[in-house]
Amino acid sequence: MTDDELIWRIAGGSGDGIDSTSQNFAKALMRSGLNVFTHRHYPSRIRGGHTYVEIRASSEEVKSRGDGYNFLVALGDSFARNPKENAYYGEEEVKPLAENLDDLREGGVIVYDSGLLDTAEIENFDERVEENDWHVYDVDLRGIAKEHGREIMRNTAGVGVTAALTGIDTTYVEDLMAEAMGGDILEANLNVLEDAYEHVQEEYDPDAHDVTVPEGEHDEEQVLVSGSHGIAYGALDEGCRFIAGYPMTPWTDVFTILTNLMPDVGGISEQVEDEIAAAALAVGASHAGAKAMSGSSGGGFSLMSEPLGLAEMTETPLVLVESMRAGPSTGMPTKPEQADLEHVLYTSQGDSHRVVFAPSNQVECYEQTRKAFQIAYDYQIPVMVIYDQKLSGEHRNVPKSTFDQAPNPDLGSVLTEEELKDQPHGETGIYHRFQHEGEDGVSPRSIPGQKGGRYLATGNEHTPEGHISESPSNRKAQVDRRNEKLASIRENLDADERQQVYGDESADYGVISWGSQSGTVEEAVERLNENGHSVKGLSVSEMAPFPKEFLSEFIESVDDVLVVEMSSTAQFRGVIQKNLGQYGEKISSLLKYDGNPFEPAEIVEAVEEHGSGEELSSNTRFEAAAGGD
Amino acid sequence: MSAFSAIGDEREVAQDEFTPSIEPQPTWCPGCGDYGVLKALKGAMAELGKNPEEILLATGIGCSGKLNSYFDSYGFHTIHGRSLPVARAAKLANDGLEVIAAGGDGDGYGIGGNHFIHTARENHDMTYIVFNNEVFGLTKGQTSPTSPKGHKSKTQPNGNAKTPIRPLSMSLTAGASYVARTAAVNPNQAKEIIKEAIQHDGFSHVDFLTQCPTWNKDAKQYVPYIDIQDSEEYDFDVHDRRAAQDAMHETEDALYEGKVLTGRYFVDDERPSYQQEKRQRGELPEQPLAERYFEDGEWERSYDFIDRHA
Ligand SMILES: Cc1ncc(C[n+]2csc(CCOP(=O)(O)OP(=O)(O)O)c2C)c(N)n1
Ligand code: SF4
Repeated sequence: MTDDELIWRIAGGSGDGIDSTSQNFAKALMRSGLNVFTHRHYPSRIRGGHTYVEIRASSEEVKSRGDGYNFLVALGDSFARNPKENAYYGEEEVKPLAENLDDLREGGVIVYDSGLLDTAEIENFDERVEENDWHVYDVDLRGIAKEHGREIMRNTAGVGVTAALTGIDTTYVEDLMAEAMGGDILEANLNVLEDAYEHVQEEYDPDAHDVTVPEGEHDEEQVLVSGSHGIAYGALDEGCRFIAGYPMTPWTDVFTILTNLMPDVGGISEQVEDEIAAAALAVGASHAGAKAMSGSSGGGFSLMSEPLGLAEMTETPLVLVESMRAGPSTGMPTKPEQADLEHVLYTSQGDSHRVVFAPSNQVECYEQTRKAFQIAYDYQIPVMVIYDQKLSGEHRNVPKSTFDQAPNPDLGSVLTEEELKDQPHGETGIYHRFQHEGEDGVSPRSIPGQKGGRYLATGNEHTPEGHISESPSNRKAQVDRRNEKLASIRENLDADERQQVYGDESADYGVISWGSQSGTVEEAVERLNENGHSVKGLSVSEMAPFPKEFLSEFIESVDDVLVVEMSSTAQFRGVIQKNLGQYGEKISSLLKYDGNPFEPAEIVEAVEEHGSGEELSSNTRFEAAAGGD
Repeated sequence: MSAFSAIGDEREVAQDEFTPSIEPQPTWCPGCGDYGVLKALKGAMAELGKNPEEILLATGIGCSGKLNSYFDSYGFHTIHGRSLPVARAAKLANDGLEVIAAGGDGDGYGIGGNHFIHTARENHDMTYIVFNNEVFGLTKGQTSPTSPKGHKSKTQPNGNAKTPIRPLSMSLTAGASYVARTAAVNPNQAKEIIKEAIQHDGFSHVDFLTQCPTWNKDAKQYVPYIDIQDSEEYDFDVHDRRAAQDAMHETEDALYEGKVLTGRYFVDDERPSYQQEKRQRGELPEQPLAERYFEDGEWERSYDFIDRHA
């Protein structure tokens, strides 16, 4: 085991406070100068059921959760209710320990709560420990917690033990506790932390293993944010002050972050009766002169298809977020997948258009959400930001200065009353809201309440004045104008800015990915190049309008392309082929859809085995493209 | 200068200001009750001195949904059943607007039933007019949620097995603070009721009986109405929820027995509107949100909140 990274996993029962403890611990590691990346695994249950959070900490930049981990803190599941064999959810009691052994690296450390867990109940435990050279520490975490406070503080005891065994300075943890709580609770937690720390120092030899915490330093202040924070902050900075939604995991993350912020910034948040209403509210608010947003996850987004079309036909700016989880139907609520891509690209009737951005990390979430608002309001078109459960919940440190940017509350193509006077009004005196001659396909709009700008917005086809019309010449002119927006948007989007190419520039093997998998792929490509292969990678984040030229150039520059995605039907590869209409012979897919995101090692293996006919060892599979061999 | 100078611009407004300067050929059939709603709405707005440009009229889809093609104000012809969520958001975002939503009984009580219940529950400050002709007009006469039991149509050839919905009782139960029923054949009452509904601070629901001579020839809507406020027989306190409930039950039964009772059924002046409730909780800005976008004020940034939220 090397000492250049700590991947700490804390496991226990859902509802045992693992989330908040690990969040604080991640922050403490970040403040001590390390780069951190969190990964959250949880079941679709409120209380009880195996859950864990992983924190990868390194002095180097971290782009993914990595492969496996090297330090386990196994707590008891206090909500385990059915210890019977063959119970529906399995043997809950020992799961925090048993379930996690497969991924623990050789030479790793196991700390388990001897107050609640018994290794005798785990099959072949001692043999496995010996085989893998694991270092086991049985500490009565529950006892320590109880002595100074309440049993639930087992988490804090686990952190104390970790610090003692790895050499982490606990002052950062203590500071964070003081920020988060006070009074007796703080006092009790500090005592638990200290007692656990000292207990280990006295009873064990912390140097018996090689897992230590690396040292690092940041040259500027960092903050710990998730992809959902990125989206929420991006919206806020673009002047979004109206959010409407209906809870659905994982979209709820963005919804709650913004709901918390809205009262402080004079904004409005509405939890409404369903997702049709949520998107329709965003349309209504935007029509009436506010910057508005809504969103959902797969099932909820199905309902939004209707208002999405209304926004397009009435040319009302609209920003929708789609946070994917495994489907179809309710699918797996707490597991990521990238299989709503076609749903988002093609839903809604008619020749409908929308712009779709797909950020792949926390900073892109921020930047692309800002861009989404700019395009939506400048071009009066629906814009979607699509990401997934993984990116929604995973936290990573980024420089605080990332967010030190000017706000942009500009409503885009909206007229003032002064400007309205100079607009075409025709013989009727009615303002030509939907004039055929709009520049770049955009005809500027007025806001209800403005003098001289009254018009009818209708989801039926309409004349420049907004009258319902089925006149063929008007229909063609209106469709052509609305279509024209797309070409202009494509031109104004600088593809280089959002599509990232990395790795060995001269490589003849390319890996393409999108969204939350891109960091993992990037790490795999780095590793492949270090291992003597020659590979380059591309992360795509514009799904519509598609950056065709950019993609063609990349594909032309290599002999083989592997498209990596979390989908069983290779939706992303399909989008590439639909847009480019060729390269079937060059492209193949690496697919994963078991509910877990890729690990870098799986991609490394796939590239190394590519074309060899070898079976892959993990839950992934190869697939050739249409038009391929 | 205010960014929305049409709002609150007090002056006398003539009824024909609401008639589009090029009047579109109406798509409504001759004798349709929808003309009655249009007339009542124009009359009410003119008498209240509402500027056409401070009004947002959001409609659904149906014959009724065409209302804003013939009524000149800011308009949003939305999608089937969805006028309410669009309208209430517009009111939240741009508080000075006079927001009216309108649509058919299929639109409002059928496909949009969920929005109807929740908008009433929340008591949004707006007026909702439902054109109740007891059929689907635009899609050619199918049975609607208010069609009488036994009503035959192409989709219910053996007669409707369902009991009709009770819109007045429904909105009262859901929480509307103003509930009335009027009829196209009763133009003076219709205008007065719409005026009251607009002035009421909270969710006003007007079930507007409109005849559909094309698909529902024997509808009761042609029968002379009884104005309950003018009749000693129906003397009850409109502020009393229980009395209102009884009166509603009576009118909802009587309608299907051939007796049309119209008038004001429930008025709650005490209940704060949703806007007031939200404002009290610090969830609605003092100044209409939309105005901020036209001013040079300061805009908060996520950076200023990051230590608290990240
Ligand atoms: C989602 C959707 N479903 C169905 C329709 C077809 N449709 C248009 S109007 C209408 C019913 C109209 O009846 P009602 O709401 O009572 O209004 P009326 O025409 O009688 O005024 C239907 C079913 C539609 N436009 N959209
Ligand atoms: S079909 Fe009925 S509701 Fe529609 S316009 Fe004709 S009469 Fe009026």
